[in-house]
Amino acid sequence: MSQSYNRGLIEDFGRWREFSAGMWAWIFHKFTGWVLVGYLFTHIAVLSTSIPASAGETVVYEGTQVDVYTGTIVALESLLVVRILEVGLLAVAVFHILNGLRLLFVDLGIGLESQDKSFYASLILTGAITVASVPTFIAGAF
Amino acid sequence: MSTQPPQHEHEESPADGVDDAESTPPAQQRREDAKADKRSRDAQRQAEADDAAKRDEPTRHIKVFRYDPEIEGKQEPRFDDFHVPFEKGMTVLDALIYARDQYDPSLTFRHSCRQAVCGSDAFFVNGDQRLGCKTQLSELDDPVRIEPLPHQEVVKDLVVDMDHFYEEMEAVDPYFDPDETPDGELEEQRQSRENREKVKMSTRCIWCGACFSSCNIAAGDNQYLGPAALNKAYRFAMDDREGESRKTERLETIEQEHGVWRCQTQFSCTNVCPKDIPLTEHIQELKREAVKKNLKFW
Repeated sequence: MSQSYNRGLIEDFGRWREFSAGMWAWIFHKFTGWVLVGYLFTHIAVLSTSIPASAGETVVYEGTQVDVYTGTIVALESLLVVRILEVGLLAVAVFHILNGLRLLFVDLGIGLESQDKSFYASLILTGAITVASVPTFIAGAF
Repeated sequence: MSTQPPQHEHEESPADGVDDAESTPPAQQRREDAKADKRSRDAQRQAEADDAAKRDEPTRHIKVFRYDPEIEGKQEPRFDDFHVPFEKGMTVLDALIYARDQYDPSLTFRHSCRQAVCGSDAFFVNGDQRLGCKTQLSELDDPVRIEPLPHQEVVKDLVVDMDHFYEEMEAVDPYFDPDETPDGELEEQRQSRENREKVKMSTRCIWCGACFSSCNIAAGDNQYLGPAALNKAYRFAMDDREGESRKTERLETIEQEHGVWRCQTQFSCTNVCPKDIPLTEHIQELKREAVKKNLKFW
């Protein structure tokens, strides 16, 4: 009893292959939550360019004078990587919404025995919505 | 010894015959006789081995975690392999008992009733917390990895330190404690059928610690009560016979910082519970009760 052995991290993420549906749902929910928080800050940064824009500040974009806000948006949207990130953002947001609804039902104590199925359903639905959104987001990017 | 394939012997025999025909000095004859004798003995031994193999044909391969801090050569954790003859209906605990009795008497694990009631033989089997006596070997893939429960410190081999788990269990006063007892000493304290149904599943807990070991939050937060203790709290808080003031006290215990709100509904505990207690459901109901107790709009 004086000595005992602590197996450390091997017990946790070292065993990710053995995780069950509820565990994956939790990990994805945390991950998508942090991604959305990160997005919120960049979103605010982009939106805040409208403050100098309202004061009449302009930039030159492809030879024409546009206001700062429009210039920023158009420049970002012309980048392929931004278009792809937008698809990712949609996927993350949709999963967070659907799993959030699932967690709402869990909190209300409704259908707890099919919590794994509702997780798979939200994954599949997220995939379907993401695939369907690709033409909209990628159009004109190439 | 007798691992030569049979066709090899057939190839040799004609060559030996030619030797015999050409010249048969007595010494060589004796050697040939001895050779033939040895060959027949080998064949006999082979047949015996085959028989033995046929008898214990289905064997199962178990890999068991070994660690003993008190013996110098065993301080480095390792896995030992045992090949255990399989019998129909054999459980993980049966295999461990066989390995201990037949191969290595130093193999250490807790077990008692062998019928999923005492709760002493929860192990980490092929990546899941399970009761050894309730897990059929036929359900598992070879090799069957048997490890001590995760998130508890290992004392020796498959024995883990359960003190912390028991402390959390005691923290919720896991005993029936009514506000008022009936006047007559022998009078019954009756419970309605509906109320009995409500707490039925939660009474099945055998204190095996499988849920506590599977819980990620309990692993990270040493003060978290954990699913088993919260289930105990549910069992008594939902019991109508205890009365309102005791229920309020119980809810005050579980709604503390390291109580019911730490649960993140990962469903790990519900998945591993060998008695099929819907732990997450009970914890969620306690959360709702705690909210109802504190929300007052009037």
